[in-house]
Amino acid sequence: MEPTSRGRSGEGEGRAAGDRSTLTLNINGTDHTLTLDHRTTVLDTLRLHLGLTGAKKGCDHGQCGACTVLVDGRRANSCLLLAVAQDGARITTVEGLAADDRLHPLQEAFLERDALQCGYCTPGQICSGIGVLGEAQDGFPSHATAPTAPVTGPVALDAAEIRERMSGNLCRCGAYPRIVEAIGDVAS
Amino acid sequence: MKPFAYLRAASVAEAVRESAARPGARFLGGGTNLVDLMKLGVESPGLLIDVSRLPLDRVTDTADGGLRIGATVRNSDLAAHPAVRTRYPALSQALLAGASGQLRNTATTGGNLLQRTRCPYFQDTSKPCNKREPGSGCPAREGAHRDLAVIGHSTECVATHPSDMAVALAALDAVVLLYGPDGERTVAVTEFHRLPGDDPSADTVIRPDEMITEVVLPPLPEGTVSLYRKARDRASFAFALASVAAVLRVREGRIEHAALAFGGLAHRPWRARTAEEALRGAPAGDAVYLSAVDAELAAARPLRDNAFKVTLARHLAVDALAALTTRA
Repeated sequence: MEPTSRGRSGEGEGRAAGDRSTLTLNINGTDHTLTLDHRTTVLDTLRLHLGLTGAKKGCDHGQCGACTVLVDGRRANSCLLLAVAQDGARITTVEGLAADDRLHPLQEAFLERDALQCGYCTPGQICSGIGVLGEAQDGFPSHATAPTAPVTGPVALDAAEIRERMSGNLCRCGAYPRIVEAIGDVAS
Repeated sequence: MKPFAYLRAASVAEAVRESAARPGARFLGGGTNLVDLMKLGVESPGLLIDVSRLPLDRVTDTADGGLRIGATVRNSDLAAHPAVRTRYPALSQALLAGASGQLRNTATTGGNLLQRTRCPYFQDTSKPCNKREPGSGCPAREGAHRDLAVIGHSTECVATHPSDMAVALAALDAVVLLYGPDGERTVAVTEFHRLPGDDPSADTVIRPDEMITEVVLPPLPEGTVSLYRKARDRASFAFALASVAAVLRVREGRIEHAALAFGGLAHRPWRARTAEEALRGAPAGDAVYLSAVDAELAAARPLRDNAFKVTLARHLAVDALAALTTRA
């Protein structure tokens, strides 16, 4: 078997000489073409090369979720994504959620519910929460979904579902109850 | 992290060819484990061959009623697939019991099978570890081994395989398809991961330059039910202290087919053949389940601080079989 590559549009040359490559990331609707050391993660690209410091570096090992962004619409830990492997990807950070001067409904809900204390984990919580809303709408089950639930169609997000689905985002201040409420507000 | 070259493979054949030409190359799938290990200095490949965009991202029915899963299918997509949820619930449940939503969106089927142990000594390059540096020793034996192996371990290594998915695949008799310089071959998931013995450096029987292209699930006869149970230190996003995948078919009160695999106990998903032998043809019921599971776990050799895992595994397995009996 010899299947051929299927890539995102705008994909560049497959072979990269040396330890740097030129790549294009669409960040919050704008294309950025950058030449980066292959070791550069998406998180470091955002923070150090593009000045987008919303996504935070917490553990840098995929365990805390502070770096969560949306990649082609799905949430991911940007600290574990090599930028070179994401060439052509469409990335949304917390800075790209508001439409003009209007905050995203989940951002509004976090304010309304006072779902934070220090705020360090909040950009990751909000991006992850938006991912959760989309996943539930698209029928993705979780560990909290009853095995007898229908295998297609949206999943209703009760508190147990939200807690399970948000387990990849830690909050050292312990704002969890209000984070669950804020996501629940937007889900319903 | 050491500098490395990067190549996006255009085909499986190219990926394998380039790997063979460059010792020290690694295939990159979702990278959730590999990139982390590179940050820790445990892995330092000179070349990453990105296979994540190869067209191996589909789940399709096989002619005989089984399921063919491409190596780059993401864990979240596999867990959500209607055919997996309907026909192989143990697999969907195992995937959903692992990692976090973010990680499952990124991690691949092939990468999940090939992930490395989370033994703290393996992940810390300042410590000896026979798996990372053969011959350097195993501090876990006398050290922090509460989460580590209770069965099938060796003097050289007490690591556990961390995957939930692989445990379900082992109980479901899945087969791994490998493509390498010598072409294609298949290995049963139960034979894919190794016991450590005197060479813990190899987690699996995969050969240099081989890559996983697919995992194939055989069809399950009508009336077969399955589930996955997991015990962990917190309610979500933690590796298994012990877990079990159970597959059962009962007819007129007698066990026609039983498959059990434990996670969190050993260097590989621990397929419980002794228990299965005791279950086959026996009347379905708790007393039979308990004695079958005890016969299996009699081979456990817990370390100073992890005997509780044997008890956990025992209860998980008996409860899983009892729960399946009510549905069978």
